[in-house]
Amino acid sequence: MDVSLLIIQILNGLQLGLLLFLVASGLTLVFGILDFVNLAHGSLYMLGAFIGATLTFALGDFILALVIAVPATAVIGFAVERLVARPLYARGHLDHVLGTFGLILVIDTTAHLIWGPEGIAVPLPNWLDGQVSLPGGALIPTFRLLIIGAGLAAAAGLFWLVNFTRLGMLIRAGASNRTMVSALGINIELLFSLVFALGAALAGLAGMLIAPITEANIGMGNNIIITAFVVIIVGGIGSIKGAFYAALLIGLIDTLGRSFLDDIFKFFMSTAAAETSAPAVSAMLIYLIMAVILAVRPQGLFPPKVR
Amino acid sequence: MSAILQIEGLNKSFGGIKATDDLNIEVEENELHAIIGPNGAGKTTLISQLSGLQAPDTGRIIFKGENIAGLPAHRRAHAGIARSFQITSLMMEMSVLDNVALALQAREGHSFRFVRPARSVVHLREDGLSLLDTVGLAEKANMPTFALSHGEHRRMELAIVLAAKAELMLLDEPMAGLGTEESHRMVELLKGLKGKHTILLIEHDMDAVFALADRISVLVYGHVIATGTPEEIRGNEAVQHAYLGEE
Amino acid sequence: MNRKLVTTIVVLLALGLIPPVLYAAGFVFYLDLATRLTILAIAAVSLNLILGFGGMVSFGHAAYLGLGAYAVGIPAHHWLYGGLENLGLATTSGLVQFPLAIAAAALFALVTGAICLRTKGVYFIMITMAFAQMVYYLFVSIEEYGGDDGLVIDTRSELPLVSFDDPLQLFGFSYVSLVAAVLLVWMIVNSRFGMVIQGAKENEERMTTLGFNTYLYRLVAYVISGAMAGYAGALLGNFTTFISPEMMDWARSGELLFMVILGGAASVIGPVLGAVAFIVIEEVLSTFTIYWHLPFGLMLMAVVLFGKGGLMGLLGRRQAA
Repeated sequence: MDVSLLIIQILNGLQLGLLLFLVASGLTLVFGILDFVNLAHGSLYMLGAFIGATLTFALGDFILALVIAVPATAVIGFAVERLVARPLYARGHLDHVLGTFGLILVIDTTAHLIWGPEGIAVPLPNWLDGQVSLPGGALIPTFRLLIIGAGLAAAAGLFWLVNFTRLGMLIRAGASNRTMVSALGINIELLFSLVFALGAALAGLAGMLIAPITEANIGMGNNIIITAFVVIIVGGIGSIKGAFYAALLIGLIDTLGRSFLDDIFKFFMSTAAAETSAPAVSAMLIYLIMAVILAVRPQGLFPPKVR
Repeated sequence: MSAILQIEGLNKSFGGIKATDDLNIEVEENELHAIIGPNGAGKTTLISQLSGLQAPDTGRIIFKGENIAGLPAHRRAHAGIARSFQITSLMMEMSVLDNVALALQAREGHSFRFVRPARSVVHLREDGLSLLDTVGLAEKANMPTFALSHGEHRRMELAIVLAAKAELMLLDEPMAGLGTEESHRMVELLKGLKGKHTILLIEHDMDAVFALADRISVLVYGHVIATGTPEEIRGNEAVQHAYLGEE
Repeated sequence: MNRKLVTTIVVLLALGLIPPVLYAAGFVFYLDLATRLTILAIAAVSLNLILGFGGMVSFGHAAYLGLGAYAVGIPAHHWLYGGLENLGLATTSGLVQFPLAIAAAALFALVTGAICLRTKGVYFIMITMAFAQMVYYLFVSIEEYGGDDGLVIDTRSELPLVSFDDPLQLFGFSYVSLVAAVLLVWMIVNSRFGMVIQGAKENEERMTTLGFNTYLYRLVAYVISGAMAGYAGALLGNFTTFISPEMMDWARSGELLFMVILGGAASVIGPVLGAVAFIVIEEVLSTFTIYWHLPFGLMLMAVVLFGKGGLMGLLGRRQAA
């Protein structure tokens, strides 16, 4: 077993997991507090990537673009909440799903109109483009360390926000008892818009962070949303803690699975069988894990207590 | 006559609240046994545990000699237990007769029958109509359930329980929300059932309880504080203090 | 005569007569459109068995279409390139492919349904979506069958008495299948089994108390629904001759859901109307602009916000199926 490969893949898995957490946390926040299923959350991720890309070219600076694009995505999220989500709150979850499905089509086509059908590659500044050597002789791109750092910082920030600020207290209160909170005179509508915008900002940040690696492209939102759903199902819908652990779990399993499953299979199958079946199984791996966890715990790993 | 139902040491808590507290009752076969008690005494929780929709924390529910405390809810009907709901629980979009026919259908083994239209299965329709006739709803058989009045819904609940031909009928406040005349009618209907089925009746309407019950158990804070004939209960000081005195 | 029955007969008759007439008059395009429409309508009708009548919102129904299509594609591929002969799966015979499509779909429905149906509401929607995506990624990863690029079949399914290479016969076969599907679903919904499913949708607690193991009944309905959609998938594979994982993308599942909601989930024929409306609007919009997904998406959002009960709902609420 090549140790440096293992270390690199673990870090890649962590990176994927943290990005998934950024996307899933917004999704689970919005569901937990607004009781709203937002299929178009992936579109916000995509918009973050495109806006970040455009700004990087316009301003010549990736970090500056990031700093502006995140609030920009938050504003879009705010608008989506007011115009699309709000009229649908009174409806059932099926209507949320169908309505935001229509929204995805609108946003995807608008993106196509604005940025064209091709993806946009995002150039990194030199200081981010290099590599860092780790103990053990492994080399990891600097940018990936940045992603991991940003992801952890965002997770810590979210934890702090929810547990130690007034806004966080309102969020937690609103999650367990909406009517009571609004009866206390808190502007529930504003709170909802802010939560939605926060979720959008997190998703947008994730999109921007991944864009230099995979390009900003139109299908990216639709691909990530299902994985985000798997994360929040496994973690427990509405639980941020659950989303964190589930995201890391899934990021690691997916990455390590793709790299090492054929080696693992070779322990108990012929090489030929291992090499045919491993790609297929690793493609399905996170869903199989989801299925197993649901079979044992249908409510997810850390379901929120109040609802 | 022997006890068809023995509840032993039943306990159920929700968070910090003990809804059922070391509850013990014996119900004789074919008796009409009423459960009374102040609001929040845990009467509906008791019924839910008997019908299987909620599981007790500890305790035994011995029905016809076997402990059914672990039996899943959908098997209790086959075991011989039927229940009516305090808050009307019907298929509102379906017709009145459809509701009763479904209850009858449930008794016929499995329903993996895909071909014949359910509404053309004659014996289900006929038996259903005759049940509706018993509760005085035969003319409304083909109306959608949502179109009926509350009182008529309560009578439907009774018809559905009757459809099960159960050995033990759990009636959860059949009189809930009924006016005077409708209450009288319900009491007459229930009188007609006495002696033919074992009935566990939860009710607030004291006139009805004293008119119908063979024995009464008084439930306070999830625990039975007294069991006896109506006269015994009427004269029981602890009961008067805990419950009747507050009325 | 009640409105639903009249609408059903009119829609089915129109669907059966108009396309062949147009074809005979030289408008080949409309026959193809109609074939595609009838196939998707079968899938939509099967979805509504569990959605409108069972209350199970599956956002992964397109997986069955894909499985059915691959059940045609894979044997045809092996017939051409070898392999799998010892399993009898290297063949272009429809008598192997169609039952295979139904069986594969039914098996997938059984296994995933057993897990999904232990959940409800939003969980159920998301899990069905995830399982469908799982199958999507599975087929993307299998290089032998083209992966992302898909699979092209040279030979359509061979069945006695009918040649799928003749567009009129393919249409006819699909149309007859649709009529059969409508009748089958109508029969199931009105049977004693159907009463249990409908009752469970309305009042799970009551049905359980009556003695019905609602999980089991729902699972059976779920499997039937999946199997029917698998059959539709086999037809779809024959129609397009190009079979790819795209067919089971969750966006396709969303489109099926839309057909049901657009047409009306309260009747058996509603989804057929919805499929007609959906396909027609899609065609009309795409002649105006390549960006037709934009007005289309807006329209879908409008339907959700303002359209109660779909097209069938316009005819009057609360009638028996």
